[in-house]
Amino acid sequence: MAHGYTPGLRVTGSALIHRERRLPLRGDVLAAVGDAVEPCTVVARTRLPGNVQTVNLAARLAVDPAKVPETLACPVGAAVRKGQPIATARGLFGLARHTVAAPADGTIESVSRVTGQLILREPPLPVEVCAYLRGVVTAVLPGEGVVVEARGALVQGIFGVGGEAWGELVAAVESPGDELTPYRLRPEHRGMVVVGGCHVSFDALARARELGVAAVVAGGFDDADLRRLLGRDLGVAVTGSEEIGLTLVLTEGFGRIRMAERTWELLAARQGRLASVSGATQIRAGVLRPEIIIPGGGEPAATHEESVAGLEVGSLLRVIREPWFGRIGKVVELPSELRRLDTEALVRVLVVRFVEGDAVAVVPRANVEIIAS
Amino acid sequence: MEIRPESIHSILATDCGSTTTKAILIEQRAEGYRLVARGEAPTTVEAPFEDVTRGVLNAVREVEELAGRRLLDGERILTPRRGDAGVDLYLSTSSAGGGLQMAVTGLVLQMTGESAQRAALGAGAIVMDVIALNDGRRPHEKIRRLRQLRPDMILLSGGTDGGEVRRVAELAEMLVAADPKARLGAGYQLPVIYAGNQDATPVVSGLLAQRTAFTAVPNLRPELERENLKPARDAIHELFMEHVMAHAPGYKKLMTWSPVPIMPTPGAVGLIIEEVARRARLSVVGVDIGGATTDVFSVFRGVFNRTVSANLGMSYSVSNVMAETGIENILRWVPFAVEETDLRNRIKNKMIRPTTVPQQLEDLVIEQAIAREALRLAFEQHKALAVGLKGVQSQRTISDVMAQTETGASLVDLAELGLLVGSGGVLSHAPRRVQAALMMVDAFLPEGLTQLAVDSIFMMPQLGVLSQVHEAAAAQVFERDCLVRLGAVLAPVGPGNARQHCLTAELHAPGEPSLMRRVRFGELVLLPLPPPGAAARLTATPERGFDLGHGRGRPLEAELPGGVVGLIVDCRGRQPFALPADPDERRGRLRAWNHALGVYPGEV
Repeated sequence: MAHGYTPGLRVTGSALIHRERRLPLRGDVLAAVGDAVEPCTVVARTRLPGNVQTVNLAARLAVDPAKVPETLACPVGAAVRKGQPIATARGLFGLARHTVAAPADGTIESVSRVTGQLILREPPLPVEVCAYLRGVVTAVLPGEGVVVEARGALVQGIFGVGGEAWGELVAAVESPGDELTPYRLRPEHRGMVVVGGCHVSFDALARARELGVAAVVAGGFDDADLRRLLGRDLGVAVTGSEEIGLTLVLTEGFGRIRMAERTWELLAARQGRLASVSGATQIRAGVLRPEIIIPGGGEPAATHEESVAGLEVGSLLRVIREPWFGRIGKVVELPSELRRLDTEALVRVLVVRFVEGDAVAVVPRANVEIIAS
Repeated sequence: MEIRPESIHSILATDCGSTTTKAILIEQRAEGYRLVARGEAPTTVEAPFEDVTRGVLNAVREVEELAGRRLLDGERILTPRRGDAGVDLYLSTSSAGGGLQMAVTGLVLQMTGESAQRAALGAGAIVMDVIALNDGRRPHEKIRRLRQLRPDMILLSGGTDGGEVRRVAELAEMLVAADPKARLGAGYQLPVIYAGNQDATPVVSGLLAQRTAFTAVPNLRPELERENLKPARDAIHELFMEHVMAHAPGYKKLMTWSPVPIMPTPGAVGLIIEEVARRARLSVVGVDIGGATTDVFSVFRGVFNRTVSANLGMSYSVSNVMAETGIENILRWVPFAVEETDLRNRIKNKMIRPTTVPQQLEDLVIEQAIAREALRLAFEQHKALAVGLKGVQSQRTISDVMAQTETGASLVDLAELGLLVGSGGVLSHAPRRVQAALMMVDAFLPEGLTQLAVDSIFMMPQLGVLSQVHEAAAAQVFERDCLVRLGAVLAPVGPGNARQHCLTAELHAPGEPSLMRRVRFGELVLLPLPPPGAAARLTATPERGFDLGHGRGRPLEAELPGGVVGLIVDCRGRQPFALPADPDERRGRLRAWNHALGVYPGEV
């Protein structure tokens, strides 16, 4: 394999960021190239086709399906209100008259002579797409949306839940090794993006939600607490649509893991600035990681390609599996031959010197993550 | 293009998986067709490359280096062969971009719905949903679901030939109302295959032909008593090429490189499993446990079935295994105490960083415990779908009535199972082969005598598609280079207690002293077999009350092919198989079994 290691997540103080803001279906684009936008600016709007109701007129009116079109009280294409009669027929011996009412507001879309079914389409549902970032519209995708550009800091997390959110960035702990506990959260954090340290508990998240915090960013979280938060065990890492009252982004993983120094410093130095956060994660083909974007700042320093350059002696990395999970160090050797692990598996390894404690360890290359510069 | 097998001396085959593209080079040698080299590279369907051929070329370059000869002509595969350069035949399978995703419909969920599901699964698809008139959802819910799905293709079935047209038309009208869009872009029409009541074809065609890429094929359930899945399966393969593959990045180019249509990976694995069952005249179960999904294939009484458990796997889906089985079911296979919070976090960390490998022995044991549960759940799902036809009128004898037999009983009969083949990283790359053998035994609980094997480097997909054009080459490579024969498991059925003897096994291998062993209930014993290629004669005599497939207390005699692990005599009980409820006793028992088979290098 060309890559025996996990390319690292991007943590950079200065990047040129583009985000496509697309409608789920074609619609109207409301912004133009050059427009300055705020996260809440609506940039495109459309109407999703309404839900469909089926009404079995043949059965309800006891008529042959071929004769159903003759029973219609309103023509195909007509708009009807809930409860309005839409079809009528005489019953047995022509004595009683049976009427069928519309089950919902909508439009009569079709009637079938084969099945005797009427299809009623409910009114369309309006959908709006907002800009998500503070930035400038640099391209319009006709009928579909826009591209918003921002210069600023970008931190990719490893896992998140909850959708897009934004607010003023604030650190609620003093160091990346501190735990975000409920008592560190205060009423003034309402609407803010709150940064914790090594861990956030369920109780702290519950408190954050109660206070109206927009998003929480922390190093680690326990899976048992995630289960409480979602009300179920999360099976597959496809997230972003949960309605849990806030957005949670983990920068390191599950458990109690000190937030990487670089991530912490970058976030702590930007307190008071507007941050846009997305918890959407998809770990399958087409990987999507959660993110924290803080627009503003200098020129972009490095391209994405440079920041995930290959593994070499001196590369800064983080171990991402036991027994040294979460430890940060520098590569001191890249042996070319395969080495046998305790498990007896033969794999490619590297030798790492940890930043804290100066110890040296042999680690499978698959179990490290380069910390992008 | 006609392919003449006698003119094929070198073959290059690739499998474009969702994460890795694997290439193998096969050449004709004096002893027959052999695997020469294998290479792999990351698949390049996604951004930033968005061209599957980049990954194919990278994998082939690795093969070039390993084989020491030229296979590429610039940016394409060199074929036909010119002297020592290039190959005579190139072919490929694909599951990249999530494979083939389908929605199927039927009138009755348990009848045409199930037949349609079997047709789609057998063709190598992932079935996203089965919509049926009696599926418990209201019409508007079904329409909403159809709209949300965005499948690659829809298989519309329903009714038997000559049955009522109206109900089938209802399904087609539902499809019209939903107006579902294809997954790979809105720029092309969604392929819809109609394989239902033939009398309804004009009505269904009238409703769908203008709106979709519509194809009508013979009914997949022409009568209640008969399934006819082949025309629907063939149409799925054809449309997969024409519509789905043609819209996936780079596939148009890839298709021009091969004279053989690109086949969905699981469809190709199914072909080779069917071929193995036919040649060996055995009932076969094959399992492929991947990172995201687990596929199970079976051939019992000549009937082929395939299921895919879309969210059971060892990396992307590892957390879903825990969600579905429960943490206690994973822990029951772990011979040491683990704190639940820690285990949960470890599993989630594997899910979010799926490419990591266990470095510590304890970590490997936990991963193999999860694999047992993933395999067990996938097999349960398979047994539920690999069934006889439901709704069939059958004459019942008084004994059938007494035994409560019914239509739709599972075709999977563990006592009849002759060969169990495992594939996928956790089985194929287990540091010790006995680990793969025991994982399969624990998950599938075979009964009587069953041979065990693993796919050495996962080349069954390539050999499956090769078997379509060069059966002999596929069979020779499969036996010599693909299949690693582990040995067999002998498991008597019946309840017992630890004090009683369960069976006596005698093994006679040519040139070796005979071996006899009496085994107690609850024991797991490993007896050596000759190496693959040789054979041994087994005579096993169960004690009264235990059954090896010929009746209680009746002996079994068999010729056993050699294997690298040996014969596992599993007297832990079947029907029921139960682990002790007390955690300390259970862990002690697991340690003893692991020790008896030499499963791990030290005490865990």
